[in-house]
Amino acid sequence: MASSMARSFLQVAATEEVASPLRVVQIEGLVILKIIKHCKEFSPALVTGQLLGLDVGSVLEVTNCFPFPIREEDEEIEADGANYQLEMMRCLREVNVDNNTVGWYQSTILGSYQTVELIETFMNYQENIRRCVCIIYDPSRSNQGVLALKALKLSDSFMELYRANNFTGEKLREKNLSWVDIFEEIPIQVSNSALISAFMTELESDTPVKQCDYDRLQLSTKPYMERNVEFLIECMDDLSMEQQKFQFYYRSLSRQQAQQQAWLQKRRTENMARKAAGEEPLPEEDPSNPIFKPIPEPSRLESFLVTNQIANYCNQINGVAGQNFNRLYLMKSLHDN
Amino acid sequence: MAAGDRTVLQFNSPSSAILSAKVHPLVIFNICDCYVRRPDQAERVIGTLLGSVLPDGTVDIRNSYAVPHTESAEQVALDIEYHHNMLVSHQKVNPKEVIVGWYSTGLGVTGGSALIQDFYSREVPNPIHLTVDTGFRNGEGTVKAFVSVNLSLGDRQLAAQFQEIPLDLCMVEAERVGFDILKKTAVDKLPNDLEGMEVTMGRLLALIDDVYKYVDDVVEGRVPADNNIGRFIAETVASLPKLSPPAFDKLMNDSLQDQLLLLYLSSIARTQLGLAEKLNTAAQIL
Repeated sequence: MASSMARSFLQVAATEEVASPLRVVQIEGLVILKIIKHCKEFSPALVTGQLLGLDVGSVLEVTNCFPFPIREEDEEIEADGANYQLEMMRCLREVNVDNNTVGWYQSTILGSYQTVELIETFMNYQENIRRCVCIIYDPSRSNQGVLALKALKLSDSFMELYRANNFTGEKLREKNLSWVDIFEEIPIQVSNSALISAFMTELESDTPVKQCDYDRLQLSTKPYMERNVEFLIECMDDLSMEQQKFQFYYRSLSRQQAQQQAWLQKRRTENMARKAAGEEPLPEEDPSNPIFKPIPEPSRLESFLVTNQIANYCNQINGVAGQNFNRLYLMKSLHDN
Repeated sequence: MAAGDRTVLQFNSPSSAILSAKVHPLVIFNICDCYVRRPDQAERVIGTLLGSVLPDGTVDIRNSYAVPHTESAEQVALDIEYHHNMLVSHQKVNPKEVIVGWYSTGLGVTGGSALIQDFYSREVPNPIHLTVDTGFRNGEGTVKAFVSVNLSLGDRQLAAQFQEIPLDLCMVEAERVGFDILKKTAVDKLPNDLEGMEVTMGRLLALIDDVYKYVDDVVEGRVPADNNIGRFIAETVASLPKLSPPAFDKLMNDSLQDQLLLLYLSSIARTQLGLAEKLNTAAQIL
């Protein structure tokens, strides 16, 4: 009786709760407004902030956020930054705000956010929090009339690889990981309390004149497109540099192998001669010889990140080009009439 | 007061003439959120308003935070240390935002408000008091802003009178973009580029239809003609640039070609990426 009970308890303790995968991020309108305000005020500087909320099943609810002050120098600000965070969380706790960190947000320029720092910040957060998310807001794209808000998460297979810090081709083929799999984008849902939506509906001006947001109909998107293409060109340069690194690696590898073969041949003939002379054969390997030193394979992480960025720029260009088509045809029909 | 003594009741005009106030929707969101989260025994929420005073006298209210308080029949107690802590924290992020006043939920001004107004006027020369009616007592949500004016009789201070000042809800473009999302209680996904365009064009179409109908009505005589509106309409229609059809066609085709070129370029880049990736990871080291 006791043993069966103990076993059942052990069974219960042993079966881990399977964490349901994160399917959707539910953000409150308040958080979106705060992020927009903070990023826009300090643009073009990049700013970050902390997200607070609740982790419920397969939905991650983000209910509040607070911005981080801009770090000027890194000297004594380390302790200050931690103090600021603790202070804010304590104060927010007193007014009944959920002070459970669920991630952070950051602003970006034209979508160039895939950097190694982002990955490292993710790993730091992941150690403490089971599920965290990063929200990227692009103020320059919002000027085009799109709410450019994205929720990102590192995929699990990528995280394992990163911990092992091993990005060779074989490992990647094993895991079947390509550059698309590094970041996972999670769909965002917006929710508002009924009180706020009542207020907003009330306060919104009733005349459709003020409602119309004309910024979207602007024809001059050239500066934005130009910057996008400029960044694209720079990234292409980076990508070709990475390609050259790989080429160099392969060439030197094959050269090394040829050298190894030649040396091995020489050793074999020497050994045959020694055997004929009755002496001890020399070993067929010589680890101290520099041609046997294995050349480290360059990490593919950089090239993956650059590839991600290029894909992002291409997507943005597509989006804006689509909008421009609409606008041009609108102008045409206006003119015809 | 002695009956024969005639002293004049003076209204001291505020030292810096505060004409009106502008409030950002973020402040209203904050207040509503704090109200929804208030502790059970509190009836209303009190907090500080942050912002700046523009050179023409308008007060721009940009941010806010709630301050815990206890309230009973006779007195109101604010947690001053909390208020200062939050102020310091907020100013670390944005040193330009200073205290411009305070808010409370509930319609109208109550007796305790004068004391709180007094406290805030020690921090800021002329604090603004914002009331947000979360109870919808008038059947609609009203947001009002008040400035206090001291009533003095001769040399003695009698009371403070709260005068209402005009309040304006202002929005930055980026906020306007997301405004549709903020109105509803739940939105399933954020609209992407083309959907937003659709909505805007729909609205433009509705506007043009309205103007058309108005002109029709005036012509038919159903609506009396207003010269100003007529002039506006004429100016708008005339402001479409006059280009000869071939010139306009050439312009449009050139722009179309530019866009197509960019699309082509981005597709080529993507193909290149696919190729590069296959080559990189598929290469076997023998």
